[in-house]
Amino acid sequence: MITGTPKPIEEILEMLEPYDKIIVAGCYGCVTVCRVGGEKEVQVLASTLRLAREAAGRKIAIKEISLERQCDPEYIEQMRAYVQDYQAVLSIACGAGIQFLAEKYTTTPLLPGINTGFLGVTERQGEWSERCQGCGDCVLHLTGGICPVTRCAKSLFHGPCGGSVQGHCEVSKDVPCGWQLIIDRLKALDQMDNYTKLKPYKGWNTSRDGGPRRIVREDMI
Amino acid sequence: MKSGSNLEKVLAAGHFAVTAECGPPRGADPEVVRRKAAYVKGNIDACNVTDNQTSVVRMSSIAGCMILKEMGIEPLLQMVVRDRNRIALQSDLLGASALGVRNLLCLSGDHQKFGDDPQAKNVFDIDSMQLIHLTKTMRDDGVFPSGQKLDGAPKFFIGCAVNPFADPFEIRVPRLKMKMQAGADFVQTQCIYNMEKFKVYMADAIRQGLHEKVKILAGVTPLKSAGMAKFMKKMVAGMDIPDAVIKRIADEPKEKQAEKGIEMCIELIQELKEMEGIAGVHVMAIEWEEKLNQIIGGAGLLPRPVVE
Repeated sequence: MITGTPKPIEEILEMLEPYDKIIVAGCYGCVTVCRVGGEKEVQVLASTLRLAREAAGRKIAIKEISLERQCDPEYIEQMRAYVQDYQAVLSIACGAGIQFLAEKYTTTPLLPGINTGFLGVTERQGEWSERCQGCGDCVLHLTGGICPVTRCAKSLFHGPCGGSVQGHCEVSKDVPCGWQLIIDRLKALDQMDNYTKLKPYKGWNTSRDGGPRRIVREDMI
Repeated sequence: MKSGSNLEKVLAAGHFAVTAECGPPRGADPEVVRRKAAYVKGNIDACNVTDNQTSVVRMSSIAGCMILKEMGIEPLLQMVVRDRNRIALQSDLLGASALGVRNLLCLSGDHQKFGDDPQAKNVFDIDSMQLIHLTKTMRDDGVFPSGQKLDGAPKFFIGCAVNPFADPFEIRVPRLKMKMQAGADFVQTQCIYNMEKFKVYMADAIRQGLHEKVKILAGVTPLKSAGMAKFMKKMVAGMDIPDAVIKRIADEPKEKQAEKGIEMCIELIQELKEMEGIAGVHVMAIEWEEKLNQIIGGAGLLPRPVVE
């Protein structure tokens, strides 16, 4: 899923300074699962903002809404009827959702209520960690199902570097060395042959370095 | 000869080689380099110039190499893949070769979080293994990795670093083999203090015949004090200093510890000199270049050979 973290309330209040009537828009997709941008978070955020603005002597009117997904046009259209009645939309979806709303509602300012994080997994209740950078040319079959681009702090294709100590990365004792994980897994799979092969230079043109990416499936159009 | 560098010639002639390093200053004053280099001159076959080590911004390695060269010292250019993509790496390789730099050390580079600019964006477009391969491709095939023809191939004696003491231990010799296969002509090791572990590493390397295909220069760093030893053990990732080594220097009174450190370093070099498969020594006297003559001379490695 795409993860995220709430922006500090002070930062959001500063963004809202010019406005007195806004929509707070959540999303039932990824951000609901990681508990940062779903219906419940919309309610909590809206209440907090109302209280803060009331305390500051300048009330704010807020409409609360949660869309099935902010990254799909058909759900975004559900706001069409009333969006022009508000001065701004504060979205707590991921960066893709916020931008898609901005594209569809060209005359309404869109404000980000969260900092979008990464493509990750739920380690346990309240803890998420990154697994994928969506770099577009997957090599997981060669690396025991563990991604060197994401899990190694230097994205090395021939790790580990000299900074790997007792299973952790030189960056922090709290970060497992991605290449130690890969080697352990390759050994368990009896695939160490994959380790000793010289890998070709990665083509980053399938990553964000190639500019915004697009997938077109002719069979679905 | 692949590069015609002095280091390559000394090794090819079968001499026990000696390299040292100069860290460029945190500023634009060339005198700092010249002061350090004066201590290096005459004591070594080539001198490494570090590339923004520990991610702290310093005068560029290529500039440092040129200052050394002007003084008649053979430079060894360190190049990390942390700060430059493949376009910049290739360009700098061509530039360094054009300026007459003939030795290269291919490194990943410490993570930027250790330096003064932890918010910097790192590059790591290719890794150090691939930088070795890239340089060899340009040197030996006369083409860029893209396949485009070079207008004059760069000439480098290609080096890499290995850390026999980092984890996991069992892949450390296979990694040396990979670097050799990628195109490394020589290797400089991480500082050796744990000889027992290093002997196990070397025995495995020799079993695979790696010492015959790649020149292995053993890395040493003289300890200035017990405090320095403890600090390095604790703070430098992949630095293996056995307690017995620390005890030996710590048992000396403070004012005699530096002298003891030098004595221990000389002993270590002498032991390495007798070891099978070791082609030379890389003396990293960090901010202690003035002791190089004493250490290298003490180990019986002076004067340095002149090979035509």
